[in-house]
Amino acid sequence: MDDPVIAEGLTKTFKVPVREAGLRESVKSLFRRQFRYVEAVKEVGFRIPAGEIVGFLGPNGAGKTTTIKMLTGLLHPTSGDARVLGYQPWKRDKDLLRRIALVMGQRNNLQWDLPAADSFLLNKAIYGVPDGVFRERLDDYVDRLEVGALLDKPVRNLSLGERMKMEIIAAMLHGPEVVFLDEPTIGLDVTMQRRLRQFVLDQNKEEGVTVLLTSHYMADVSALAERVIVINQGSLLYDGALTGLSNRFSSHKTIRVEASDLPADLDGLGRVVDRNSAQATLEVERDRVSEVASKLLSAATVTDLSIEDPPLEEVIDRVFSGR
Amino acid sequence: MTTENQFSLVRYYAAGARTGFQRDLQYRMATFMVLVGFLIEPVVYLSVWSAVARAQGGMVGGFDEGQLAAYYVVWTLVRVYNTAFDPKAWEWRIRQGRINTFLSQPVHMFHRDFSFFMGSKIAWTILWIPIAVVLTLVFRPSIEWHVVNVAAFAIAIWGGYAVRFLVLYVMGMINFWTTRGAAMFGIVSALELIFSGRLVPLQLLPDWAESISTWLPFRWTFQFPIEVLIGRLDATQIAAGIGYQAAWAAGLGLLFTVVWRRAIRRYEAVGN
Repeated sequence: MDDPVIAEGLTKTFKVPVREAGLRESVKSLFRRQFRYVEAVKEVGFRIPAGEIVGFLGPNGAGKTTTIKMLTGLLHPTSGDARVLGYQPWKRDKDLLRRIALVMGQRNNLQWDLPAADSFLLNKAIYGVPDGVFRERLDDYVDRLEVGALLDKPVRNLSLGERMKMEIIAAMLHGPEVVFLDEPTIGLDVTMQRRLRQFVLDQNKEEGVTVLLTSHYMADVSALAERVIVINQGSLLYDGALTGLSNRFSSHKTIRVEASDLPADLDGLGRVVDRNSAQATLEVERDRVSEVASKLLSAATVTDLSIEDPPLEEVIDRVFSGR
Repeated sequence: MTTENQFSLVRYYAAGARTGFQRDLQYRMATFMVLVGFLIEPVVYLSVWSAVARAQGGMVGGFDEGQLAAYYVVWTLVRVYNTAFDPKAWEWRIRQGRINTFLSQPVHMFHRDFSFFMGSKIAWTILWIPIAVVLTLVFRPSIEWHVVNVAAFAIAIWGGYAVRFLVLYVMGMINFWTTRGAAMFGIVSALELIFSGRLVPLQLLPDWAESISTWLPFRWTFQFPIEVLIGRLDATQIAAGIGYQAAWAAGLGLLFTVVWRRAIRRYEAVGN
């Protein structure tokens, strides 16, 4: 069976009207409108096998949401091709739409004025979920996300975190095979983020749901995805293991050392980030890590030494800023 | 994990209508106040035309005072059934990227909106009843009740809803080409006010205007259901009117299908 998500040379160019500020330019634009073309996504290609969770990373305006919109059939690409569960998404085949779900963290998909339970019933009708299956799933999800007491409360009276839980439930009730999560934890507190992450992870493990997740929270990505796709200015920069991201984009590692007799001068070993009498943190070039570790072990009575990749946030920052 | 699909459009319409009904009952006071607001317009028209009728010896354009009162009382109910998802709402929906959810679901958003407004009408009708009672006591409308007319009215008022819904839905598509489609809606609304029978019964307009109204959809959404209930049309005219409604609904439905395919390709909610 083919991979459920395939993108090949996916490109989207937007035609955007442009006009300089000022009354004169306003009048001029009445007679001669000018446009420019913005390539939001350029030749992006990847495949996601069934049951995989992939983190889709990029700064604001990188083209993540545009790519997701093409994969969920909301936008036609300018060129390139994509297949989701074997369908070209922008043809919006009903069978495909029944088998996928899209959750946009900044969008409310529930009936604002009614309790979430009413939106769930509407979704049951939209997706034709049989009564028994609906009841079983709803009970399970409500239990796992601990929202039983909130079901009869109008959505407008829910907190952001409570609403997001309801959004996720609404998106999962029809048993989608592929789920696109666009910033599902945006604005949520740490506890709420953890709950939602665990729910997504459980769905993936128990039901084999394939997930493409965008998030600015690296904690989401590192908790859920072993593989990440990095996109910047519309182009794909990296597609591989999350652990490989540091190797590819970070030229250094961090060595933390504890010793009662640390040498006074550590400058020759790497950049000293922090030090006191008994411990030091050094930023060391990757290809010198073994050499520096040996030197430290031979030069002092080391009680603890750790070698770490830099924090994911830092690596991502380097990738996005091109440093 | 996929569930065996048991989708049924009838079940979906029931769920959509239930949601619309619940939503509007949730805000029953606000809905009621909108209905009361609807009264100002027909009461002004009724007062003016009743005065004209009295000045002309009791009749104007074939309506006596009681029939004019009947026209404008039924007007208030038909007005409720004429509300639909208008192009301004489409403009908001597109600019805010609100249609993303609907497009990612396997039911066409037409069905969603149509069923939602159907449910909404039921809620509004319930709230309209006390208003109708007060209007009847105040204005003393004269209606000749016939079972056939009431049955035909039940068809005509929903037919009118369907036609007006489609008119507005097709106009809403303009927003896919320009995000200022609401401006055009203003012009069409002015034409609709005259040629629908909302401002005055079409019999009170010059002959040429009444002739034009026959070939526009508005008359069949507004004046036609009113005339059916107040007993001004014979069986042939009623059948013809329902035929016009069906033809307009079919034509507009076809037009919508064609325009929608192009519109959706234009949908570029960048940044949303």
